[in-house]
Amino acid sequence: MVDMDTTLQRHPATTTGAQSAPAIELTGLTKSFGDVEAVRGIDLTIRQGEVVAFLGPNGAGKTSTIDMVLGLSEPTEGSARVFGLDPHTAIRHGLVAAVMQTGGLLKDLTARETIEYTAALFPAHRDVEEVMATAGITEIADRLVGKCSGGEQQRVRFAMALVSDPELIILDEPTTGMDVVTRRAFWESIRADAAQGRTVVFATHYLEEADAYADRIVLVRKGRIVADGTSAQVKALGTGRTVRATWPGADVDGLRTLDGVEGVDVRGDQVLVHAKDSDAVARHLLTATPARDLEIEARGLEDAFVALTSEENS
Amino acid sequence: MSTTASSVPVGGFDLSTRPAPRFGGLNRTILFIELRRVLRNKRTVIFTLIFPVVMFLFISSTIPAGEESMGTNVLANVGAYIMVSMAVYGAVMATTAAGASVSIERAAGWSRQLRLTPLSPTAYILLKALMALIVGVLATLVTFAVAALTHKAHIPDATVWLQCGLIIIGGALVFAAFGLFMGYLLPAENAMQFLGPILALLSIFGGIFTGPLSTDSTFGKIAQFTPIYGLGQIAHWPLTLTTSGGHDAFKMAWVVNLLVWALVFVAGATWRFRKDTARV
Repeated sequence: MVDMDTTLQRHPATTTGAQSAPAIELTGLTKSFGDVEAVRGIDLTIRQGEVVAFLGPNGAGKTSTIDMVLGLSEPTEGSARVFGLDPHTAIRHGLVAAVMQTGGLLKDLTARETIEYTAALFPAHRDVEEVMATAGITEIADRLVGKCSGGEQQRVRFAMALVSDPELIILDEPTTGMDVVTRRAFWESIRADAAQGRTVVFATHYLEEADAYADRIVLVRKGRIVADGTSAQVKALGTGRTVRATWPGADVDGLRTLDGVEGVDVRGDQVLVHAKDSDAVARHLLTATPARDLEIEARGLEDAFVALTSEENS
Repeated sequence: MSTTASSVPVGGFDLSTRPAPRFGGLNRTILFIELRRVLRNKRTVIFTLIFPVVMFLFISSTIPAGEESMGTNVLANVGAYIMVSMAVYGAVMATTAAGASVSIERAAGWSRQLRLTPLSPTAYILLKALMALIVGVLATLVTFAVAALTHKAHIPDATVWLQCGLIIIGGALVFAAFGLFMGYLLPAENAMQFLGPILALLSIFGGIFTGPLSTDSTFGKIAQFTPIYGLGQIAHWPLTLTTSGGHDAFKMAWVVNLLVWALVFVAGATWRFRKDTARV
């Protein structure tokens, strides 16, 4: 597992207080439904300003964890704190908002009424028209939500989450039902938003989205965290990287003895070294051997995802 | 930045700049949006506002000339009796629908979404009760207005109009609790699809469509224990005012009927509501 201190923190939050509590702090969090243990002890700290992807196969405990962060359900053991507060208090003060994958909308309200309704519940809310423009729903403002497409409804949910001006926004599979262009625009607005210092946590099954938009990826499997780090770190954890170099008559046996090397292939003049610590391999190749034309390839996040969440890797 | 006891930054945030809403989140904006939503619902408008009026006009037109009187020296006419019946029906339909709308909101995940806002569960129920009150008043007013403007209902005493109206609205609120109870209990997306026919049946038992019931018949004996019976009887009672200022005998059994059902519905709604908020 990657040490969390190595995690990239791109947007340190600007806050008024001297101390700044983590946006989310989960301590020994467990959740059981009868005999089924959905969450089996999660310790996780997400700092203010981070953009974190929460990844895992179905039934990994993602939604159960998110529900406890939002105060929608109580932990069986352990605790979930949001900005140092219990989730209900954080919700009551509009510190956290969430975009759910489905539901949460009334078909017989217009898009504007939906946002006005939500805004009216928060004393310190943002301007409704401005938020609708940000979420890209100005043109469908007077349309009944029931007549909006899946992608449009998702943007209505996004506007609902933005209108309370939350410090933390949680998105559960936010781009379901969006086409490629809409999805890209959606993520651009999320990134623009995060750049203001807002903390963003999203669950997604689009691995490329996690790869492209998250500073940090938390992989969950069977109610536990199996990997936590930057996209590059998680990829390396799963299958490592491949270092390719030109080295006629390579010393294959010597390479195999290096730390963290998982395999060596020779293809003509080329040698391919699969390793967890690709930096060490590269350094060795360049300083202690005649190898040249080095290329380092990361395996896809999907490979890491499959490797880390599959049955054999527990 | 000045720091007072109430604005000490918690977790790095000055919570005083992010106050929780007053009244648990209940406010005028959401009330008006909810009202627009109700009036947008064709089914609600038809059954609570249009149907009672049409029924009133139809039934009152079948009264033969010379038979409009409710009895010797009674001030109100039969048209007034039918008006009160239809207003009871419309108001009960309206308040039940307002309560039962929780079934749609739960199915749509709206209730869950609201839990991510500062709106408190109590404020949510209060919002439903206020909506029930508003639509109950609307349903009663529309029927009364049509009956008065067409001169089909005749009550010479303004106090009697007021008494009937207030009893109907107050009594119909009991059925907001009935709607809530059923809205939480029934798994259906739109509980009114079941409740509409049930209310029509209860209205027949309650004597709403049949005129004064005799408690001697088997039907009459059973009817006395049904939920709309008590309200129907109490609401019609002011109409028995005579020229000498007397009334027919008022039976406490009517009030007991209404109160017992009110208790049952409120207890049921509270039980399901608690279960629902605990489960989430």
